[in-house]
Amino acid sequence: MVNETLAQFGDWTYGATVLVYVLAMALALLEQAFSRAETKRVAARKLATVGAPSVNAPSGDEPLEPAIGLRPRDERDKWERYGRMGAALMILGAALHFSSLVLRGLAVGRVPWGNMYEYMSAVCLVAVVTWVVLMRKFPVRRLSVFVMLPIVILMFLGGTLLYSEAAPLQPALRSYWIIIHVAAAIIASGLFLVPGVASILYLIRNRYDQDQAKFVRLGTRLPAADVLDRVAYRTTIIAFPIFTFGVICGGIWAEAAWGRFWGWDPKETVAFIAWVVYAAYLHSRATAGWRGRRAAWINILGFSATVFNLFFVNLVTVGLHSYANG
Amino acid sequence: MTIPGIPFLRNTWRGLTSMRTALILLFLLALAALPGALLPQRTLNANKVADYIAQHGWWGRLLDQLQFFNVYASVWFAAIYMLLMISLVGCLLPRTIEYAKALRAKPVLTPRNLARMPHHAQHTVDVTPDEAVERATKALGGWRKIVREEDDGARTISAERGYLRETGNLVFHFAMLGLIIALAVGKLYGYEGQVIVKADGKQEFCNSGVLGYDSFQPGLTVDGTDLTPFCVKVKSFDVNFLPTGQPDLFRANLAYQSTEDLATGAWQDYGLEVNSPLRTDGDRVYLLGHGYAPVFTVTFPNGEKRTMDTQWRPVNQVTFLSEGATKFDPPGITNTEERRTKQIAVTGLFAPTAQLHGALLNSSFPDLRKPMVAVDVLRGDLGIDNGRGQSIFTVDESMVDSGRLKKVARENLAVGDQITLDDKTVVRFDGVQRWVYLQVSHDPGQIWVLVFAIAIILGIGASLMIKRRRLWVRVVPAADGRTVVEVGGLARTDQAGYGEEFERLSDAVSGGKN
Repeated sequence: MVNETLAQFGDWTYGATVLVYVLAMALALLEQAFSRAETKRVAARKLATVGAPSVNAPSGDEPLEPAIGLRPRDERDKWERYGRMGAALMILGAALHFSSLVLRGLAVGRVPWGNMYEYMSAVCLVAVVTWVVLMRKFPVRRLSVFVMLPIVILMFLGGTLLYSEAAPLQPALRSYWIIIHVAAAIIASGLFLVPGVASILYLIRNRYDQDQAKFVRLGTRLPAADVLDRVAYRTTIIAFPIFTFGVICGGIWAEAAWGRFWGWDPKETVAFIAWVVYAAYLHSRATAGWRGRRAAWINILGFSATVFNLFFVNLVTVGLHSYANG
Repeated sequence: MTIPGIPFLRNTWRGLTSMRTALILLFLLALAALPGALLPQRTLNANKVADYIAQHGWWGRLLDQLQFFNVYASVWFAAIYMLLMISLVGCLLPRTIEYAKALRAKPVLTPRNLARMPHHAQHTVDVTPDEAVERATKALGGWRKIVREEDDGARTISAERGYLRETGNLVFHFAMLGLIIALAVGKLYGYEGQVIVKADGKQEFCNSGVLGYDSFQPGLTVDGTDLTPFCVKVKSFDVNFLPTGQPDLFRANLAYQSTEDLATGAWQDYGLEVNSPLRTDGDRVYLLGHGYAPVFTVTFPNGEKRTMDTQWRPVNQVTFLSEGATKFDPPGITNTEERRTKQIAVTGLFAPTAQLHGALLNSSFPDLRKPMVAVDVLRGDLGIDNGRGQSIFTVDESMVDSGRLKKVARENLAVGDQITLDDKTVVRFDGVQRWVYLQVSHDPGQIWVLVFAIAIILGIGASLMIKRRRLWVRVVPAADGRTVVEVGGLARTDQAGYGEEFERLSDAVSGGKN
């Protein structure tokens, strides 16, 4: 029933993925820590924006090339080269990561997200891919270390404490809805990780902008606050409809499996809370006095609810979703 | 003269319908929902609630008073979502009116100075102004646009796109309201009932009234008198476990009759599985669980036999070690006083796959490999005639405590084993019958919940993905017979993405960079 060889290869690939990610994170750390602080261009942009009326401020309308592309090759310091190597390793890691999930799926003959280990692995893959895509669109490569840190921690926890042997699904999970509902939950959770991290960095950068004595070292090494805000917002508006879709698919599945589409099971409750919090985030960005810092806090709160839903609800409370543990 | 109170009402309404209030209410809603995930809830597990209250003393009782064990039916939770609904309606009404107006309005006049727009481009092209206007109009297919002529003879095009964004926004919010109303319909007219049915093909369960159920949760207007009739019996129950004990398959082979079959007496077959409920005539039947009913035959001293297969309940969901009490009334005794000294209960543990530690019975596997019971036989007054209801899974302990029900034997029995009591009564363990736990659900609102949920997805997708854009074109004849095409653009939402798109558009509108 379970192809042990493939499962074994899947586990080895998983281990290799974690190693590559750690290496990528180390290289990203070097870039973050030692490459030149705030580039001239970003500093100039900041000056230009100060005092300009916000109504038609062309904030970020011109494409923001990564600062690195603007300087001749010899000026790039070696730390930036490390950063680029780190980014390349992330892509390699993502490819390994993907194959580990494919191998696990082939080994058990089902979707590779039937327990918490597999689920977390898939969430991390989505987060890594999201970040790789964002690095191409926004000048954020030197933030990779902050994104890789939670991913590496989650991968490590998944591979050790929460590891489960390859096994077939229990009857309750055998439905095509596991493909749709859980995939939507995975994609949304993986996407939500990025705005969560970006919002934390936004708060740090914002604090530094207000008082140059705070976060002196880190503040200068972060992109402008509005870049971080846009990274968070753009990712959240993609994740939120997917999350909504996932919750609704969960309802349809629950109707078929448990006799009701909504029953305030702990998982459902916390998903509801996270949904309401992210809805509040979207509204806050359209409300005077709530943009910026408060919106960032709300986004962090939303991601906390997502993490809480994964760990606390699966491991501590007893509910209908408890099979997800193991 | 102003009417007193009107300003107050107006301010209250404005305050309630402001976005700030909506935000705070959203937070309150999230916060209020949280205790439901952290504290045990009556609707999910009443026993746990009782345990919690017992363990936490005054704190537990206080939480109970404040409805913390029934969060989603509590006054304060209802208050928050009612306020949120009012706030939503108050926000939606003016927006809908504005939206209707915007749909009929023409795109705004072209600004005098397009160079001041966030996006701006100017090209001089080798075509006549008429051709330039035509080309620009063609390039702006799918945009809402209007061509105007200005006083000095310049021609302008005002174009706008992305109206569906607000459509999506309104659809999403109205669908939220609709969904809540559909939920309420379900709570009013729906019901759920649970019943244990033996998988012997004989026991028939009919949805004819509340009494047929082991437990029943009616909606607020349901009194159980007009349930849709249908009947089910369980012909057999297929179950398969992996060697690890992990369940692999549950299937209850049902026969059911509903609608016209009830008159003709015909039965339909259905394989009821965990993810595929039986849907018939507006009702759904679910397979919630299963268990074992050990079959005992008691041969009374007068030679009469009674066989019972009362269901026992699993105490361990992994190994299916089960407990229960099978109760017998002695036949042929008319004197109630005497009868109450001769009633018999067989109570204890049942293991589908027995594992003995000395005399202690445990179960090592959930399937029937080596069934065994470890039972006490009690004789005396079971208390089943005193009018008080009692659990079918236990004996009335007060009868044991008062000495009216006495333990007369304790034994481990494999299938076929028997105990002979001091009065020559024989208790025999005949075998095992499976039972399934079914739930019947009825919710006339749920199809509408689904419809509104789909509308929510579509609305949310449109309102977040579609971008509102404005574009203006001014076509002015140049002195040398050529034509100057000036393009200005303004992004009304999500400015960041408009840069490249604008360049592409302005090239298309003016016919490329010349």
